Amino acid sequence: MTIGKSDDIKPSEITPERLYFGRRRFMRRAGSALLSLSAVGLLSETILSRNASPPDDPVIKPKSPFDTDEKQTPYNDITTYNNFYEFGTDKADPAMNAGQLKIEPWSVSVEGYVKKPRVYSLDDLLKPFTPEDRIYRMRCVEGWSMVIPWLGFPLKDLIKRLEPGSQAKYIAFETLCDPQQMPGQEQHVLEWPYVEGLRMDEAMHPLTILAIGLYGKRPLPNQDGAPIRLVVPWKYGFKGIKSIVKIRFVDKQPPTTWSIAAPNEYGFYSNVNPEVDHPRWSQKTERRIGEFYKRKTLMFNGYADQVAGLYAGMDLRKYF
Amino acid sequence: MVDQKKIRRFLKPAIFILSLCPLLFLGWDAYSGSLSANPISDITHTTGDWTLRFLLITLAVSPIRRITGWSSIIDYRRMIGLFAFFYGFLHFMTYLWLDQFFQWGDILQDIGKRRFILAGLTAFILLIPLAVTSTKRMVRWLGGKRWQALHRLIYASAIAGVIHYFWLVKADLHRPIRYAVILGLLLGIRMWFAYRKRRSRKKIMIGRVVTESD
Repeated sequence: MTIGKSDDIKPSEITPERLYFGRRRFMRRAGSALLSLSAVGLLSETILSRNASPPDDPVIKPKSPFDTDEKQTPYNDITTYNNFYEFGTDKADPAMNAGQLKIEPWSVSVEGYVKKPRVYSLDDLLKPFTPEDRIYRMRCVEGWSMVIPWLGFPLKDLIKRLEPGSQAKYIAFETLCDPQQMPGQEQHVLEWPYVEGLRMDEAMHPLTILAIGLYGKRPLPNQDGAPIRLVVPWKYGFKGIKSIVKIRFVDKQPPTTWSIAAPNEYGFYSNVNPEVDHPRWSQKTERRIGEFYKRKTLMFNGYADQVAGLYAGMDLRKYF
Repeated sequence: MVDQKKIRRFLKPAIFILSLCPLLFLGWDAYSGSLSANPISDITHTTGDWTLRFLLITLAVSPIRRITGWSSIIDYRRMIGLFAFFYGFLHFMTYLWLDQFFQWGDILQDIGKRRFILAGLTAFILLIPLAVTSTKRMVRWLGGKRWQALHRLIYASAIAGVIHYFWLVKADLHRPIRYAVILGLLLGIRMWFAYRKRRSRKKIMIGRVVTESD
């Protein structure tokens, strides 16, 4: 535009008084809107991040070198926010529906390439072991995480006692299948029974445990996988198969439930890996239960120093 | 007529307050700490559910009117539709703020990579022109026919919304199927009405031809 006489400004370009004042009013309103927005923000942050845990919540002291000293997720959250589709697909379902699960008596069948295949009562199976606290991070494939003080024992101790043969390259697990006790199994949401598996070196890793309690106490609450479940802290939570009734030593990679349901979304390994996205959502960040802001997800869920060696030379994009 | 006015005077605020209830309950649950261990995920799901529900209720208005003959029900459709937009806006803001914290780069990546995000975004964007043109002045400005044509976008939005739900669930399709069935019924009934209308028009035309040739 050239600078010219004042009558160069067309009448149509002059801001009408009404709009001119409207602008001021707009600024004022925008200002107060911004103020109230930040107030809403502050309020939401306090309400939605429940950093203060109930005062009566016990705290388990980290002892083993594998324990994390991060703030432990409140017992109430660990026992009311569960993925355990055998009792329903909502997070609150397991806590409501798991009461019918009868964990006594419980037996575990040991099968496959093993010296003494037989059905053990849970008591017989557990007798040789002294349970210890293990405070682990748990990262769900859905993008949330917890810090859980499990009570359990290394899976490798059990494997050693069972004396698997040299053909045993993998270990396969199976959850109880009984719609009477597990009402979620009446819906064909997944293939029942739930099955999971590990490579033998993963199973023998000292981080891998069978959990039988929580916050120093037995038994496990039913909704958390009573009476005995697997915990593999560097893998996504669904690898930690719950309410185990069968352990099989096999020579081939066993099928796993979620990769049967969606093979392009869930692999056999399912190691926590911020670099490899789930096809439908990012795995770069996670929301720690009780926190408002998201945090960065760590390679192998922060256990890279201990477990990265298991996967040396493997393409983790291919073997996701 | 007077009766209708009285009913409206009572019913309008009643529907308004009723429509706010999901938000009020959510707010109360958040405040009193009775949401789950992952309250932000609860907020996301609740606002998303209610967006879809209000879309379906909006779409149910005109079939109910046709079937029951309760013609003044149409007076409440705009408000219900705007509530669909309102809950959609809250759902969208929950994503932008509480899930992504306005990290625009990540958000763009998310939209490009994840089809369920794209479907949801499409559903929401399609509602914006409908909300903008919801005032009486806008209806007049556009003219009834054009306004009606524009507002058919709600069908696309609802379909995109249900697809969004289908694509985001992990394994349990029960709920998205429920929404899809209801939406299918609501759209199917419209097609049926349109078909009947066309047929009766044809009959009239044929009738006219017959009488003319008589």
